[in-house]
Amino acid sequence: MNVLLDNLSLFREGFIGTLELTGASALVAMVLGVIIAGFRVSPVPPLRIFGALWVTLLRNTPLTLLFLVAFFVVPKVLFPDLDSFLLAVCACGFYTSAFVAEAVRSGINTVPLGQAEAARSIGMTFTQTMSLVVLPQATRTVVPPLSSIFIALTKNTAIAGAFNNVDLFNVSKTLSNDGYDIAVIFLWITLAYLIVTYAINGLFRLLEHRLEVAR
Amino acid sequence: MSASVLFDAPGPKARVRNTIYTVAGSAALVGGIVWVLLRLNEKGEFDPALWDIFNYAGIRQNILEALLATLKVFALAGVFSLAFAVLMCVARLSDHRPVRWFAVVFIDLFRSIPLLITIFALWVGILGTMSPFWALVVGLTIYNGCVQAEVLRAGINAVPKGQKEAAYAIGLRKYQVMTLVLFPQAIRSMLPTIISQLVVTLKDTSLGFMILYPELLHSARLIANNTPVNGVYPFVQTVAVFGAIYIGLCLVLSWLATWIEKRGRKAKSGITVASAKEPAASEVAPAPGAPVAADPLDETVVVDKAQDKDN
Amino acid sequence: MKLRKSAATAAVVAALALTATACGGKQGSAGDKPKGPDTSDTKALSYEVKKNVEVDSPVFKAAKKRGKLIIGAKADQPYLGFEDQSTKERSGFDIEIAKMVAADLGFSPKQIEWKTVDSGARETTVAKGDVDLMIGTYTINEERKKQVDFVGPYFQAGASLLVRKDEKEIKGPETVRGKKVCSIVGSTPLQNIKKPKYGAEVTELSKYSECVAQLLQKQVDAVTTDDAILMGYAAQNEGKLKVVGETFSDEPYGIGLKKGDKALQKAVADALTAHIDNGDYKKAFEATLGKSGSEYKDPPAFTDPK
Repeated sequence: MNVLLDNLSLFREGFIGTLELTGASALVAMVLGVIIAGFRVSPVPPLRIFGALWVTLLRNTPLTLLFLVAFFVVPKVLFPDLDSFLLAVCACGFYTSAFVAEAVRSGINTVPLGQAEAARSIGMTFTQTMSLVVLPQATRTVVPPLSSIFIALTKNTAIAGAFNNVDLFNVSKTLSNDGYDIAVIFLWITLAYLIVTYAINGLFRLLEHRLEVAR
Repeated sequence: MSASVLFDAPGPKARVRNTIYTVAGSAALVGGIVWVLLRLNEKGEFDPALWDIFNYAGIRQNILEALLATLKVFALAGVFSLAFAVLMCVARLSDHRPVRWFAVVFIDLFRSIPLLITIFALWVGILGTMSPFWALVVGLTIYNGCVQAEVLRAGINAVPKGQKEAAYAIGLRKYQVMTLVLFPQAIRSMLPTIISQLVVTLKDTSLGFMILYPELLHSARLIANNTPVNGVYPFVQTVAVFGAIYIGLCLVLSWLATWIEKRGRKAKSGITVASAKEPAASEVAPAPGAPVAADPLDETVVVDKAQDKDN
Repeated sequence: MKLRKSAATAAVVAALALTATACGGKQGSAGDKPKGPDTSDTKALSYEVKKNVEVDSPVFKAAKKRGKLIIGAKADQPYLGFEDQSTKERSGFDIEIAKMVAADLGFSPKQIEWKTVDSGARETTVAKGDVDLMIGTYTINEERKKQVDFVGPYFQAGASLLVRKDEKEIKGPETVRGKKVCSIVGSTPLQNIKKPKYGAEVTELSKYSECVAQLLQKQVDAVTTDDAILMGYAAQNEGKLKVVGETFSDEPYGIGLKKGDKALQKAVADALTAHIDNGDYKKAFEATLGKSGSEYKDPPAFTDPK
């Protein structure tokens, strides 16, 4: 029996599930990450503390524990009736945002001091300095680590498969329950993940190239 | 670059504005925390009876055993992954093309497969019979070994070329160059990154719940599911306790990384010690095939200079 | 930096405090006592351990050499297979069945090494030999017979629905259309309820107890699985949950063991038959499942081994 051909629709569903989870979580992580990085370098102490707390807490917690929080604590205490896709995206997105924030922050750090000083001396405010001078330059150095972060995210979405989400891992479990040979399932699932990770990798290389030209 | 370069010493207007922001920010922060606490209270999560379960000797014993099980896997996987990393790194830098290619493919492959799937496949028996314990250890070793191998390679690439040339010039053999010159310096400069990856290894032991290994998270789920108090399942409480344990363990390791980084910076070897807070230092395995910090020096030097300034 | 340092220190102190006090602390079982399943009912039960048992089976010989019989069981199903997390004591009907069979194979309860095995992992664990016997609400079906052998059925269960006490709309499987029903990934009741005939919206998690928690939190409207399991949860959460409707499938429970081990399969079957005949089976039922409100019925005739 051919695992792939017999269960093509299941595989497609899983593949799309993984893509959707990755895409949505990446978006959440990106937006939150940049905001948190901004918090961490801002002149307002409580925001700095909040940023530091956010990063420390999320980076040192296993993602699985965050999933437990998302699925068993959040609905019970704060917001009932959230979709499990949304909860999974929140868990993955929040977790990854801590890594994005750190990447962006170290990207900001690589912009030569003189740039910020020059911006300050022509009278730009903090917001202007950040958005017009520092961040555009930081982008260049942030791109390579971001690519790694998003590849890690792709793989992390596998955990969502154990929490009521259809993704590649969930499919592999269902098929192995159905009694298919695990080695063959493993092969196809691996291939699917390789496609996604290499696509992300290629995309970011392209981006890197474009930015290099702009220099 | 410290935050202070991004904005001037505030004038009177800015001071007022900053105070307003500070007050508003604090209020928002405190308000958020209070809201969550109130909600928790409203749902009766602070009922002492719910927290009391952790006062039982049996539960504590249970947690302790799970903690030891987690640490056992971590210790073995940590040591094995480093040994494996050295092996893979040597293979990756080999002069023989087939060996080099094998290493490249192997590293790329296992860095792209979710660890969860690797562990699951190992346990189900893709390489013969394996107990959950060994499936977890081997899975963690392969994945983290591949990541650590790339970290080591970046470290070796960061050693100035002249050193290697000089070593060859005085007639050292290849393995001597590696063991006497390159590896000691690479490990030294990459130690913070290596330790940060160990934090990831520690966190990833939690994936053992999938294959029934009785580690911390497995125990957490059973406690939450099996010990209802007055009909309430203590999810919030177990998450709080186990979260604190994980965060504590990881912070101790991260703190070690920071400490080594600081110590390393004082030494004048001429090789920059990678920043422990470098993003590559964490989960973030460099992208497969990407120019893995082909020259991390460029970046880190700037970072470190900047950081030195604000220290 | 300072924040991290002090947080780290605090964590270390907390961890040390936890470790140091692990020996102290309250004794006994944490959590609800009157409602939860209790080992006191089953303590009275004991089975005569046979001596000098010989079975021509590699699994049995390995177990004898080891001095321990490894039995896979559920840990989160009150009245069936439950493990008290503070005393590490197991209780329930499946646990008693396991003790009976073990006794006839020459292993005392102390010589049983329990392993907690979740539903989705049962075939793999048995096929790999991680456990010698799997006794945990294990439904005999053709799909599974491809991977493991069964002895039984020793109990006849059927899929049913667990809902909140105040639930009005769900009365049986015909009334779940469009409702959120929770069960375990890949489990049989889940496949059934998903069919167009019933048309429920499903939530897949990895443990039934997590489904029950979701039900209590109103994240799902019903939990479906075998009635015996659901009765246990309903009894554990008395006054909050109830089991509704007739059973809508047949779930004959069997003991799972490695495929092709005929000798052990026969030995286990003989052991079960002996204990059913001498009344131990009924006593065990009344001390466990009976307390959750299940009615006693005689076990069905064995289909495996033929």
